[in-house]
Amino acid sequence: MPSPRYRREMPQRYRLEAGKCKGCGKIFFPPRLICNKCGSQNFEQVILPEKGKIITFTIIRVAPAQFEAEVPYAIAIVELENGVRITTQVVDCDPEKLEIGNSVKLIFRKIQKEGKTGIILYGYKAVLA
Amino acid sequence: MRDVYIIGCGMTKFGEIWESSFRDLFVEAGLKAIKDAGVDHLDSMYVGTMTSGLFVGQEHVGALMADYLGMAPIPAVRVESACCSGGLAVRMGFLDIASGNSDIVLAGGVEKMNDGADVTFALSTAADQEYECYHGVTFPGLYAMIARAHMHRYGTTRDQLAQVAVKNHFNGSMNPNAQFPRKVTLDQVKNAVLVADPLTVLDSSPVSDGGACIILASEEVAKRLQKPMIKIVGSRVATDSLALDQRDDITALNAVKVSAELAFKMAGLKPSDIDLAEVHDCFTIAEICILEELGFAERGKGGLFTEQGHTALTGKIPINTSGGLKSKGHPVGATGAAQVVEIYEQLTGKSGERQIKNAKIGLAQNMGGSGASSVVHILKNLNN
Repeated sequence: MPSPRYRREMPQRYRLEAGKCKGCGKIFFPPRLICNKCGSQNFEQVILPEKGKIITFTIIRVAPAQFEAEVPYAIAIVELENGVRITTQVVDCDPEKLEIGNSVKLIFRKIQKEGKTGIILYGYKAVLA
Repeated sequence: MRDVYIIGCGMTKFGEIWESSFRDLFVEAGLKAIKDAGVDHLDSMYVGTMTSGLFVGQEHVGALMADYLGMAPIPAVRVESACCSGGLAVRMGFLDIASGNSDIVLAGGVEKMNDGADVTFALSTAADQEYECYHGVTFPGLYAMIARAHMHRYGTTRDQLAQVAVKNHFNGSMNPNAQFPRKVTLDQVKNAVLVADPLTVLDSSPVSDGGACIILASEEVAKRLQKPMIKIVGSRVATDSLALDQRDDITALNAVKVSAELAFKMAGLKPSDIDLAEVHDCFTIAEICILEELGFAERGKGGLFTEQGHTALTGKIPINTSGGLKSKGHPVGATGAAQVVEIYEQLTGKSGERQIKNAKIGLAQNMGGSGASSVVHILKNLNN
């Protein structure tokens, strides 16, 4: 992932910045320029809560090249306390023992590296709460 | 809008086709389709390919294929909508003739997946790069999360998932163009190596090379050439969010539902009028969800519907008589066109051992990504 692109995503990856529609209150992560519910283009910045529940998950056993060293690893869709859903790895656990409904919280972690010698890319992962 | 007919089709064998290049695969399918239709020229062509740039480093595909098919300087357009690029190419060809712009159009698709590219990465570009793939999600992973949610919510079982693969491999065992024309058992599917829990490698469509093309024509051309009158009575496309986590219901494929409802409305038909269907079984769970969205099975009952045998060759609605993506193979850009090839051959009585008797109306449903785009075509044989 080229560096300009990575830098652009930092507010979401580092600080969980989301956009709340001023028209209908729907929260978007990542932020959008237009609300797909009410059509408003007015948003205010909000920070996502760090706690949520697993609504579905899998264990990746065949990974793209940059994640090959990490298999098997768990990926989940987590519904945060304000209803926003995000896709994230679930770490520091036995993936075989995860269940739908598990409470998790988001933490700041290394995600991957840019190419073989590139910069380290960070972001959020989930751990059991 | 003018009526549009299919007057010929052709496809390559699907599989690891080491001796044929990306362009060879498309041209082979195209030449077969042109010969089958008996046309001496084309007015335009549409080429579906998902990500030839990543698979073989080749873009600018419309012109390349027009040239190698011996058809330059006709207009040639490359069409992309991930794994439903082929179906969308058919849709674009349909619109070209329906609008009155062209009378004879070649529409098809091609993919060369076995030339050494990182296939897992290339396919993952159909998902949300910034918010799904960044975290290490794969396509099997996305469908695995749909499967687990469906099992949790509706009680769909591991055996029901496996039954989709068993049924499609049985059908594919009678298809000479299939990549894996052999039967598998429930135990083999369930006990195969896991790719993304709960899906095994035998819940998954394979990595394939292949091409498929059809020739579309106006009514006047179809009659002049004295072809079987196979009319496209429904053609629709719909979209949804690329990222699975942005959807209100993880187990629903709204683009499939909308594209099907609109195609049924256009055709003046309902699900019970359909004699057979080719659907996008990239993973076993996908076929189960699609059965529900197309209206063949009740919501949440797609697995049970399959287990009860309703989707078998002898069932009330045979699904994936070709073997589907699962057994026939899934060269992503070609798949949607190949589905239409199967329906055309079934409606014209050319399907050999797997022929459905008296098939008059067939449906093809082709899907992109984890369901962010879906194309539905309904074909009807007007001769009988």
